[in-house]
Amino acid sequence: MIGGGYAADVGALARKDLLLELRAKETLPSMLLFVIAALTIFHFALPHGTSHAAALGLLWAALIFTALLGLTRAFVAEREQGMFDALVLAPCDRSAIWLGKALAVLAFLVAAEVVALPAFAAFFSGLDGRTVAAVALADVGIATVGTLFGAMAVAGRARELLLPLLFLPMAIPIVVGGVGGYLWFLALYDAIFAVLSWAAFEYVVSET
Amino acid sequence: MHLSLPALALACTGLIGLALGLIFFYAPTDGDQGFSQRIFYFHVPIALTSYVCFGWGAWKALRYLRKRDERADLESYVAIHQGVMFGALTLVTGSIWAKASWGVWWSWSENQLVLFLVLFLFYCAYFMLRFSVEPGPARANMCAVYALFGVVLIPVSFLAIRLSQKFIHPVVFNAHGPQMTGSQFFVFCVSLAGVLALFATLYQVELAGKRLDAHVRELRELLT
Amino acid sequence: MIRARGLAKRYGDRRVFAGIDLDLAAGGFLLVTGPNGSGKTTLLRVLAGLAAQTAGELRLPERRLVGYLGHEPLVYRELSPLENLTLFGRLYRIPERAERVGMLLERFGLWDVRHERVSTFSRGMQQRLGLSRVLLHEPSLLVLDEPYNALDRQGAELLDGVFEEHVFGEPRTWVVATHEPQRVERLATERLAFA
Repeated sequence: MIGGGYAADVGALARKDLLLELRAKETLPSMLLFVIAALTIFHFALPHGTSHAAALGLLWAALIFTALLGLTRAFVAEREQGMFDALVLAPCDRSAIWLGKALAVLAFLVAAEVVALPAFAAFFSGLDGRTVAAVALADVGIATVGTLFGAMAVAGRARELLLPLLFLPMAIPIVVGGVGGYLWFLALYDAIFAVLSWAAFEYVVSET
Repeated sequence: MHLSLPALALACTGLIGLALGLIFFYAPTDGDQGFSQRIFYFHVPIALTSYVCFGWGAWKALRYLRKRDERADLESYVAIHQGVMFGALTLVTGSIWAKASWGVWWSWSENQLVLFLVLFLFYCAYFMLRFSVEPGPARANMCAVYALFGVVLIPVSFLAIRLSQKFIHPVVFNAHGPQMTGSQFFVFCVSLAGVLALFATLYQVELAGKRLDAHVRELRELLT
Repeated sequence: MIRARGLAKRYGDRRVFAGIDLDLAAGGFLLVTGPNGSGKTTLLRVLAGLAAQTAGELRLPERRLVGYLGHEPLVYRELSPLENLTLFGRLYRIPERAERVGMLLERFGLWDVRHERVSTFSRGMQQRLGLSRVLLHEPSLLVLDEPYNALDRQGAELLDGVFEEHVFGEPRTWVVATHEPQRVERLATERLAFA
């Protein structure tokens, strides 16, 4: 099932998403503006002389909500143009659709964080390597689980409302691992839920 | 779970009545926490039953995904519905216990309570998902996948919550088995059996109601 | 190609159709007619393998041999025709993809606009692109839901030509739902009318 062909499918699908974003320029600019605006709000929300730990906690909140913004948009093209039908009928393994989308989401997240993390370091109290590593690991978990739940949420009537409700409880362990800097825990989370999402995606997009 | 409903209901009533009697008149008063510790005999069995509900719901979800049996979808939904109700009760009893023991309604250092808050949020979203998607196999698939994520989230969240704080919740079970006296353990077991029987009864009642409802609608559809 | 016995579909408690028996041989043409909301689309989705039947038996060809055109043209609006067809050409692992894509774009009158975004196209042009996407992988079972609906005159004539063209190898099998049965009446080998 997994071989060169699978990788080619994933590559073609991920490239399609990056190309769509390049044309539409909607998701990434919104994520960037959102995360900077959120960090600015946090500056005013935190009392003067706040500890590094408090600021770091808010960074994680900002990252999760920024990711949510991107995830809400992830399947908009597929949903509005009925593309799930075309993709599901294609002979590729359905999990390739998930992996391609998750990679695209991951790329947007990383792009947003390339701006957000230096901005955080400048606005607040600097950054250490452990936090950067934790963010990188957390991105994998967010992209894998978020893509699966994003595909579920677009099937519902209240899709923009549904995704945060589905996803945020799943994000709580990510925040714990991230704020605490438990890299092994984040890696464990990624491994468990990436495998589960990979196996489950087929059921989410196809009835048959 | 193939007992007849009246027998189940009777057993449930008997067990819960017995448990109530034992809790208030037989169980020894705790040296540390006094009378209020007796809520333990409700709180913990209800919490454990809630896990059983979520586990049962996930098992039925797995069966749905493998067998495509519509009944398994309904059973999974009903089990999770019961789980959320027992979960809400866990939050309420835990909150009361926290108030009695520590004088606060909510304590973030109580892992069990925090975990139930996370699970409560997660499983409430299950209903949002279920009620916002058109009924049919696609919805059943999604609900099943979500239910399976739930049972995996339980240990992951538990680990996360343990990592996030010092462990100060009174430890009832540890590696050496229950730290309860024989009489306490007996009352606990009766109470657990009672709450589990309550779950089984409610599960059967709700399932019967939902099935009847579906039959009636099918008949009406056939008549038109 | 398709064999169905006692096919039924329900959504929750709502029955869409029930008791459909169907035998469609290779090269056959099933014409599905009926008013809007009568279940045509749902049946076509079941026959394309996109939706599961609630009851009954159904035998379909494997997924890669099916081409489906729904109410939407099923192409990415922010991509160009060339990019759309190339994407699906990759997923279907079509040999000599560039030639095949170029040939289809030429045939459906989209070669000159192959680099432009689909969102700037008229509905008729989009539907023509949708048709070329369906034909791209040479499916042996084609399921078309109201294909004439959005087509312009040029597209409709192209579609008429596609229905009648001779292909090498296995003949194409069609399942077509339409409001305009007179256009394809003479091709139909099987008929299914929804009330």
